[in-house]
Amino acid sequence: MGAELGNYKSCVSARSTDKELLKHAQDGGIVTQLFAFALEEGIIDGAIVAANKEFAAKYPSKCMQDSSNFDMIEPWRPIPAIVNTKAELLAAAGTKYNISPNVSLLKEATRSFGLDKVGIVGTPCQMQAVRKAQLYPVGMRNVGASIALAVGIFCMENFPYQSILQLVEDHAAMKMESVKKMEIGKGKFWVYGKRGQVVQLPLKITHKYEQPGCHVCLDYVANLADVSTGSVGSPDGWSTVMVRSKIGDSVWGKAMAAGCFETQPIEKVKPGLELVTKLANEKITKNKKTLEGRATFGVGKALRNPYI
Amino acid sequence: MADKITVGYTHLSGCTGCTVALADNYAGLLTLLDKYVDLKYMPTLADARHIQQVDVSFVEGSVCINDKLAVEEIKETREKSAIVVALGGCACYGNITRFTRGGQQNQPQHESYLPIGDLIKVDVYIPGCAPTPELIRNVAVMAYLLLKGTKEQKDLATAFLTPLMKLAAKNEACGCDLIVDVINQGLCMGCGSCAASCPVRAITMEYGKPNVERDLCIKCGACSAQCPRGFFNTDVISQYEAINEAIMAALQ
Ligand SMILES: Cc1cc2nc3c(=O)[nH]c(=O)nc-3n(C[C@H](O)[C@H](O)[C@H](O)COP(=O)(O)OP(=O)(O)OC[C@H]3O[C@@H](n4cnc5c(N)ncnc54)[C@H](O)[C@@H]3O)c2cc1C
Ligand code: SF4
Ligand code: SF4
Ligand code: SF4
Repeated sequence: MGAELGNYKSCVSARSTDKELLKHAQDGGIVTQLFAFALEEGIIDGAIVAANKEFAAKYPSKCMQDSSNFDMIEPWRPIPAIVNTKAELLAAAGTKYNISPNVSLLKEATRSFGLDKVGIVGTPCQMQAVRKAQLYPVGMRNVGASIALAVGIFCMENFPYQSILQLVEDHAAMKMESVKKMEIGKGKFWVYGKRGQVVQLPLKITHKYEQPGCHVCLDYVANLADVSTGSVGSPDGWSTVMVRSKIGDSVWGKAMAAGCFETQPIEKVKPGLELVTKLANEKITKNKKTLEGRATFGVGKALRNPYI
Repeated sequence: MADKITVGYTHLSGCTGCTVALADNYAGLLTLLDKYVDLKYMPTLADARHIQQVDVSFVEGSVCINDKLAVEEIKETREKSAIVVALGGCACYGNITRFTRGGQQNQPQHESYLPIGDLIKVDVYIPGCAPTPELIRNVAVMAYLLLKGTKEQKDLATAFLTPLMKLAAKNEACGCDLIVDVINQGLCMGCGSCAASCPVRAITMEYGKPNVERDLCIKCGACSAQCPRGFFNTDVISQYEAINEAIMAALQ
């Protein structure tokens, strides 16, 4: 194994033992279950998640306070929000395949929301942002020490909201408000309608709509999270879970002891870590090429490299 | 104590917010002074105020070039310090003092304020308004390791400080940097670190990208320095757990 999966202490295939929770979750409900447990145990006193329009209507005081008018928030556009209860967690479960700037709430969580122990879920790049905020807190006063649980989700790419709109409404010919779930898996982009219809788009179509910043991203499995999780590697309805830090190890251990999750050894499930490793390598190799290309992009002119 | 580093603090045209940020390390500051740092001079927190020969000097505030004394002090600071750290937005970029047009009592003729890097070579930047107690602490600990540590610690300190040294190449900052250096360069991934960092809430996230209210921006440089696509030294940040632990242990 190379460095593509980062450092981790343990890896399993898992899902929540809460059947009700699983109905709301994207995969094995790892994120929602782990935060629900951490809230109950006082390990965190709130978590930053990606909520949506319905959530904002129901819990307006839990959402990012900015100039956005929540009446204007479109279906499937994520809104970073702070949750303090399991009901709120459930209302924000599930993957939104477009940008949710969760880190934008990191400082506010400790200010107007008054949290001392913050949970945050995010993509690998957002986990990088969290760790940079801890080591180089240029504008993140009193943030570093309050981060109590950072859960990372695997990520191949993300999309601007308008890209998802285009993919769902133009390519898949469905209305955004009629969509129940979106998913990327088995080499396709899946759109599930509330009335049972399913449309799949080949990733060949989705690629050009990706957010450009994703093309220099060198992390697939959230190497810097306390615990990272994704669907890839595990059977349908299960998640691959990598426990990475001391904090992650401690919280995961307690959640296991409390019966929050059922697990299977990752070596026993199909397709297992082999597929995770393969996809991680593909992503990193492709994006390293993009970075190399940027160095000779113009005629004697380079584009900026953020890693040096 | 012989193995302490000597440190000075030069206070130019700044609001003392940077001084307060340093002091807000509370017990951490006392440990720093006790074990690692011999504070040779500082207007607010030390008895001695005049600039002396030191290993590291922190400079708060921009330089008013209409004020002879300020110009002399910044030059003397450079001449007498091995490492000069620009502390806070005003020293790094001019920050709010960029907006001054003079006319303030009791020196109305003072109207021209420059980031210290316009007059001297600066080694390390700590942007932000105010800078955070934690980053000041981290830089102080790393400066100590750089000067007094083992070979391994010196390497770590160099790797940690390098991006903050590179920031010193530029004496201007604005929220627009996010557009110019990140979005225009095809690098933004929508994390929202910039919006969280801004002390005046000039940045909101609209559809996952920063929108900068330019009239609100005070030019402190926090947003683009906090941006993971501004700089990201993977080797150092990947060791966040060990480094955080080491810093906390050092300050026990
Ligand atoms: C853009 C994107 C790309 C992904 N790509 C992959 C992939 O290539 N391979 C893979 O295995 N897994 C990928 N995932 C992760 C996967 O879709 C699930 O989110 C993950 O398995 C967690 O499932 P769960 O059932 O444990 O989480 P749940 O219990 O359903 O909770 C999901 C949590 O994530 C939050 N969330 C939802 N959308 C976002 C968002 N856009 N940004 C930040 N937080 C969000 C929710 O608010 C919720 O708290 C991706 C996720 C995203 C957002
Ligand atoms: S691909 Fe990378 S940059 Fe893009 S959203 Fe995922 S983790 Fe962030
Ligand atoms: S911090 Fe950088 S990458 Fe993150 S949203 Fe702001 S500009 Fe984009
Ligand atoms: S936008 Fe905000 S953080 Fe960025 S330079 Fe201006 S004031 Fe500072």
